[in-house]
Amino acid sequence: MSLVMKPVRRKLDVRNGRVDLSHGSGGRAMAQLIADIFHDAFGNDWLRRNDDQASLDAQDGCLVMTTDGYVVSPLFFPGGDIGSLSVHGTINDIAMAGATPKYLSASFIIEEGFALADLKRIAQSMGDASRAADVPIVAGDTKIVERGKADGVFISTAGVGVLPHGLSLSSDKARPGDAVLISGSMGDHGVAIMSRRENLEFGVEIMSDSAALHGLTAAMVGAAGDALRVMRDPTRGGLAAALNEIAHQSNVGFMIDEELIPVKPQVAAACEFLGLDPLYVANEGKLMAICAPEAADVLLDAMRAHPLGREATLIGHVVEDERNFVEMTTRFGGGRIVDWLSGEQLPRIC
Amino acid sequence: MKYVDEYRDPKLAKGVAAAIAAEVDSGRIYRFMEFCGGHTHAISRYGVEDMLPNNVAMIHGPGCPVCVLPVGRIDDAIRLASDPRVTLCTYADLMRVPASRGANLLKARAGGADIRMVYSTLDALRIAEAEPEREVVFLAIGFETTTPPTALAIKQAKAKALRNFSVFCNHVLTPVAMRAILAGESDEATALDGIVGPAHVSTVIGARPYEFVANEYGKPVVISGFEPLDVMQSILMLVRQINEGRCAVENQYLRAVTHDGNARAQREMDEVFELRESFEWRGLGVVPHSALRLADAFAEFDAEKRFGVHTVAAADNPACECGAILRGAKKPTDCRLFGSLCTPETPMGSCMVSSEGSCAAHYAYGRFRDRSRARMERAAS
Repeated sequence: MSLVMKPVRRKLDVRNGRVDLSHGSGGRAMAQLIADIFHDAFGNDWLRRNDDQASLDAQDGCLVMTTDGYVVSPLFFPGGDIGSLSVHGTINDIAMAGATPKYLSASFIIEEGFALADLKRIAQSMGDASRAADVPIVAGDTKIVERGKADGVFISTAGVGVLPHGLSLSSDKARPGDAVLISGSMGDHGVAIMSRRENLEFGVEIMSDSAALHGLTAAMVGAAGDALRVMRDPTRGGLAAALNEIAHQSNVGFMIDEELIPVKPQVAAACEFLGLDPLYVANEGKLMAICAPEAADVLLDAMRAHPLGREATLIGHVVEDERNFVEMTTRFGGGRIVDWLSGEQLPRIC
Repeated sequence: MKYVDEYRDPKLAKGVAAAIAAEVDSGRIYRFMEFCGGHTHAISRYGVEDMLPNNVAMIHGPGCPVCVLPVGRIDDAIRLASDPRVTLCTYADLMRVPASRGANLLKARAGGADIRMVYSTLDALRIAEAEPEREVVFLAIGFETTTPPTALAIKQAKAKALRNFSVFCNHVLTPVAMRAILAGESDEATALDGIVGPAHVSTVIGARPYEFVANEYGKPVVISGFEPLDVMQSILMLVRQINEGRCAVENQYLRAVTHDGNARAQREMDEVFELRESFEWRGLGVVPHSALRLADAFAEFDAEKRFGVHTVAAADNPACECGAILRGAKKPTDCRLFGSLCTPETPMGSCMVSSEGSCAAHYAYGRFRDRSRARMERAAS
């Protein structure tokens, strides 16, 4: 009989337990949290090696890298949660370059007292999203902060992808005459979040459109090649912010038609109620593309053939304008600018 | 979307636009003031100007609660919020309105003041109930539309004996402001030909209070809804009155406004508030009997009494034309700060802050027209 007693390894009480400061101390509790929650959810050889870094095969082509932070409130919303959102958002940032996303990393800042069950649910959702996208999470980190110093959990990610030599998409490449396409309806994500935050019920649940778009972008690059000039996912600030940024970076203007921009009726109704404009509301599973005019039809066909681009449509054109205005013909029949959003979208009071 | 799309129907809009174009007398100019920021916003957002003949000019009025609040009262609000006991509850629109010395509520909040953005008076009431150790002050602004809800909140606070809730009252009166504008007109050439009258305000006060505009000033008023087709139909009704040599108060917003208004809301207002001797408006200056304060029976909920507020009038930025713009005497583009030093990100005047302000509406939606207009004016001269 050995005199050396092996300590009993207690299972993490995921159902009722809460994150405490010992989970960030670098001791056994932290190791257990990482193994039982994150390795279990993300499951891959890079993580199981337990090194402080992941070694990845060098790739042919141009390396594309991005980093992103997620602080969404509420953490769980119709159509997703902070975990799946962080995977989709990071993948999309890589995909908008026309690149193939390869690896992700994720760093968690967790508030003391956060329910382990919620953390597990978020980690599982990240793992599911990363497996579905075939982009593994190969490195991670956790930090615990005292109660009140964070709001549940914040996730910070990095992503790496590969861009074939010769392909170059960038926001400064829009040229007068180019076509402007979007992959589907605008405003779903922001309204899903807002309706949950304000406890608004609209009879129909409004779902976030959160999705990984690299399959769609690969199809688009395949169809249009270098006739594709710019791709952008209109997240914060919505379509309006994306168009204004590109107008400045490319030193052009836009002429778009409100009639052609799809907005779901329940999203339009919620925006009406909340005093929001769907063009300024965030999307997390849509993209906008600018391409040479002669490639527009081919590109639209390729987008519509993909499940995430079924409602793809042309919404307008790039025009010459040194003032870099985004002009729009309203559904009503008049003209207006779609300006940058200033501050937040303010509710009207009378 | 039912009950919304009908009022934004492009086909109907073309029909009304054609009727206006056919009926205007090309030998004259029609100068109409849309009183409310809600109208200004609709006109700009839907591009209504593009559908009007060149001789119909829309002049933006002062009906934007955020815009007419003078600097001195924002200074007061910041002073109130700086009291460590106080939680100031405000509509989000007010956060960026410039106060004296470059201050605003947003900066005060960043500096540590407890300022919270709410959607309604009732939110403020809930905060007061939930946090009895805080002195919760609601920064009440607005015309007769937002006044009845404030009255009800004060009555609820009284019924619940809430000792930590009070109201910093800045409610103002529409007909008095309208009279101030008409009385201030001096130049025949720039005088108004008619008024597109308030929508939501009129649901409360009715159509009757505007009769003086027709009777004393001989100008037509058409009470108009806030949807773009409402505004266009109201413009057509004004054109018809003028062409027929009539001046009356007409009601386009029949689906919501009655001749006498909402009697219950009026009673609540009368019970909780009383007239102030005078009140300073940005743009209109000091106007007698133009605003409300809490009646004596509700004095315990008056933040001005509870915290000893003594408003000190403060001057606007001298280069800012908000005053003249609110009176309808100037256009946003007549201000040399517009679009250069004064933008929605760095507002110098209140009209650039609220989405209902004339400058903000023109900057955000309409300024693409400025160059072609400037070219036309140069060519004409």
